Amino acid sequence: MADKKHKLLEVKGLTMDFGGLRAVDSVSLEVHEGEIAALIGPNGAGKTTFFNCVTGIYNPTKGDILLHPKGLETRRLNGLKPNKVTEMGLARTFQNIRLFQDMTVLENVMIGRHCRTKSGIFRSIIRDKGVREEEQQIVETCYQLLEKVGLGDSANEFAKNLPYGAQRRLEIARAMATDPFLLLLDEPAAGMNPQETADLDHLICRISEEEKIAILLIEHDMKLVMNISNPIYVMEYGKKIAEGSPQEIKDNPKVIEAYLGEETED
Amino acid sequence: MEYFLELFFGGLTRGSIYALIALGYTMVYGIIQLINFAHGEIYMIGAFVALIVAGICTIYGMTGISVLILAGVIAVIYACAYGFTLEKIAYRPLRGAPRLSPLISAIGMSIFLQNYVLLVQTPDFLPFPSLIPDFAFMEPVAYIIGSPELVILVTTFVTMILLTLLIKKTRVGKAMRATQQDMNMARLVGVNVDRIISLTFIIGSALAAIGGVLVASYIGQVNFYIGFLAGVKAFTAAVLGGIGSIAGAVLGGLVLGWAESFAAGYISSDYEDVFTFGLLVLILILRPSGILGKTRKQKV
Amino acid sequence: MLRDFKQSLLISAWFVFLTFPLMAVRVNTTDQVVTWRLMNMVWVAIGSFVLSYAWRFMLERKKVRKKTAEEGADTRSKLQIKLEDMSFRYKAMGGLLIVALVYPLVVNTYQTNIMISALIYVVLGLGLNITVGLAGLLDLGFVAFFGVGAYTFALLNHHFDLGFWMTLPLGGVFGCLLGVILGFPILRLRGDYLAIVTLGFGMIFKVVMENWDSLSFGPSGIANIDKPGLFGMDMNLAQSTTYIYYIMIALVVFTILITNRLKNSRIGRAWIALREDEIACVAMGIDMARTKLSAYALGAFWAGMVGVLFASKTTFINPASFTFMESAIILSIVVLGGMGSILGVILGAFILILMPEYLRDLSEYRMLAFGAAMALMMIFRPQGLVSGLRQKYEYKGTKDQVNNG
Ligand SMILES: Nc1ncnc2c1ncn2[C@@H]1O[C@H](COP(=O)(O)OP(=O)(O)O)[C@@H](O)[C@H]1O
Ligand SMILES: [Mg+2]
Repeated sequence: MADKKHKLLEVKGLTMDFGGLRAVDSVSLEVHEGEIAALIGPNGAGKTTFFNCVTGIYNPTKGDILLHPKGLETRRLNGLKPNKVTEMGLARTFQNIRLFQDMTVLENVMIGRHCRTKSGIFRSIIRDKGVREEEQQIVETCYQLLEKVGLGDSANEFAKNLPYGAQRRLEIARAMATDPFLLLLDEPAAGMNPQETADLDHLICRISEEEKIAILLIEHDMKLVMNISNPIYVMEYGKKIAEGSPQEIKDNPKVIEAYLGEETED
Repeated sequence: MEYFLELFFGGLTRGSIYALIALGYTMVYGIIQLINFAHGEIYMIGAFVALIVAGICTIYGMTGISVLILAGVIAVIYACAYGFTLEKIAYRPLRGAPRLSPLISAIGMSIFLQNYVLLVQTPDFLPFPSLIPDFAFMEPVAYIIGSPELVILVTTFVTMILLTLLIKKTRVGKAMRATQQDMNMARLVGVNVDRIISLTFIIGSALAAIGGVLVASYIGQVNFYIGFLAGVKAFTAAVLGGIGSIAGAVLGGLVLGWAESFAAGYISSDYEDVFTFGLLVLILILRPSGILGKTRKQKV
Repeated sequence: MLRDFKQSLLISAWFVFLTFPLMAVRVNTTDQVVTWRLMNMVWVAIGSFVLSYAWRFMLERKKVRKKTAEEGADTRSKLQIKLEDMSFRYKAMGGLLIVALVYPLVVNTYQTNIMISALIYVVLGLGLNITVGLAGLLDLGFVAFFGVGAYTFALLNHHFDLGFWMTLPLGGVFGCLLGVILGFPILRLRGDYLAIVTLGFGMIFKVVMENWDSLSFGPSGIANIDKPGLFGMDMNLAQSTTYIYYIMIALVVFTILITNRLKNSRIGRAWIALREDEIACVAMGIDMARTKLSAYALGAFWAGMVGVLFASKTTFINPASFTFMESAIILSIVVLGGMGSILGVILGAFILILMPEYLRDLSEYRMLAFGAAMALMMIFRPQGLVSGLRQKYEYKGTKDQVNNG
């Protein structure tokens, strides 16, 4: 069954330079429908930079980023603004949590609906029936999303008052509100305790299965990655050094040297 | 040609003053990414303290360039004290606050200091005693460049050389550069970042005060409001050269000085300030990194 | 205890040193006299000693607050809790409206005039609140839009005899247009650069109005601007002042209604998100250029509109009314009141405009106090007097329903 899956994201030879530093060096990667792919590698390997290039926050120096939405024509994402990329159906979370701190939890998620709704300034002032219905729709959708990530009870709290793990889940809900078909998660388990990590594991699988959203995941927690993701891509010093199934990655000597070896040392 | 040379040296003089003040903006911005709105007020306070010292001296019968030096030294000391206190009170408690907070605090302090001087001194222009004699050796070129201009040029030149030496050659200078590059890293390798930030404000204030004293004795009058426009213009110079870059501040100051001088000389002086702001807007839109600045991508 | 005392003594000595030349000496270089005012030093010594204790206390309190907030405790003030109660809010608003309506009937024309000024600043504050408070775009040249509105009316009235009511919306539209024209090129700028560029715009506006004689009549300004008309009735000064007052009340209510709706709409949420985190905001699919532009232009709209009223009220305008200090005052209203909070801004305008009017002796310290207040607010109470209330949303469906569905 694995061979017939639709290719959603195709990155070819992506390169990103910062001044003299080559943070990402011709990395190629693919994400297929229904997959939970993972991107791993030691700190500073260039994973986050890779995400930033794909989502339009940086304009890559070289390479192609192609998005193949199902049933629509292929789009090249290079040079698009982040909001355009999100509109195409590719959403993300951030390694250093970037919530809207002084907005409520629900409002954070409602921001995600912005690009899927359309009432403008004048209609917002008049607040006609269409606008009111749209608002109601937004609230309902967002509440449901919050309940899915287990934050239904905190909807009207300020985002800044949430505990760390909950903030990470809120970021996921906010990204999901943009109706993506591909979700990029940057270290979603960072700073979580084992229990929270297990819940997250569960949540990610559910998103993948129930919502039919493909996932590309950056993660340091090896247990989480090996449990749920396939395939796994490994980066080091900006280069891709390996790809394959969890088993293949575990057995790959390069990876053991670069990454897993480092883990077992300390 | 004569007129051109006059404008050229006029612009150079003006520009070197802008450069002095711009250095304070650029150094502070380089380290804590804050437009120190109150920097122009430090310049004004420097000029005012110098006026008070020079005024007392002339009233008691002393005059000449030594009085100017005395007034300048005291002005620099006080400007440093004000700059240091300003940072400590208005900016340090706001480290790590949202970006707009220190900026608003800076605007508040600018208004505060302006009105402080207005209230404790006077709203009127006070004449600054004329302390620079006409040097005999300047006689032949006096129609192009006068003695006061010469004093300004020499002083700013020497000051900038000293600053360059300080930054390039001393331990403190090294620590300042390290802090500018990466504050957290500098802290990790044992730089006392708080001290360096204080020091940056002190040095910037000293430069501003030198500029203030020179301008005051050159123009011949002082008032509580002079810092505002000078500040905005010097900031323009800093941005023009590339904010964060020391050489850029000097270059930007000179370019701005010349641009203003020639525009006023050949076009019209009514719109001199419009011209400056127009330039500022244009640079920020077309090349926000300035002439010598580097574009830094924000880390995400 | 002793450490605090020693520290305060040190601070006190430092401030005596710091303020010495400026406060103790006054040199009149024209008449060649030196005045010594050593008494001032005593005041500085005592004042800074006391203030240093207050400063430490406030910093301590801020730290404690932050800690309790991190522990998830309720840090809202009593007023804040009360305000979040909707029925209380409606009652209070109704009461205030009644007071506002009878006000000109019980006070004299002079008082009414002062109140009109305060209300003008309320609208200006609410306009700037969109740009700075909601969208986080620091605009230091806001007064230019106010000026555009005022000049729009003055010129149209002077040349074409256009009336107040015709021009009122036009003033808003012109303010808005200028906002878009100026806003367009500066959208890419970061927050602090934006501040300085808008400062430049504000000053350019003033210089142009001072020098472009053929358009603006230069520094001497434009006089004999018509007051608002009411079906061609003749009104004496008192009546016309009362009339303008009611127009102003209507304008304030209108502004509140609309800004409140915007604030809790899809657009308003986008503004706040932009203020909170630009990168996250665009990454969530919000078009930054369009959002910034709309905040900039809508803020300008109110300034332009109330500018028309200002010109009509004073019947005379010149560039001197549109200085950076005006922009600074409007900004301090927003900062003091609470960025993003409509109620806060209204409160801020009343405090900052009425207080100096009624405490005449203190009015020369006005700008000094505004400046200090801006810095102090940022340090000790960045949310302002009243922090922006966020709309709470109800959702009727329960967890079970969702799971079933
Ligand atoms: N905006 C930037 N400017 C300069 N260098 C950057 C920037 N962003 C990331 N880098 C550098 O790129 C490298 C890769 O960083 P990153 O992508 O964050 O790694 P990872 O997410 O794998 O830990 C690091 O050396 C980092 O310092
Ligand atoms: Mg990373």
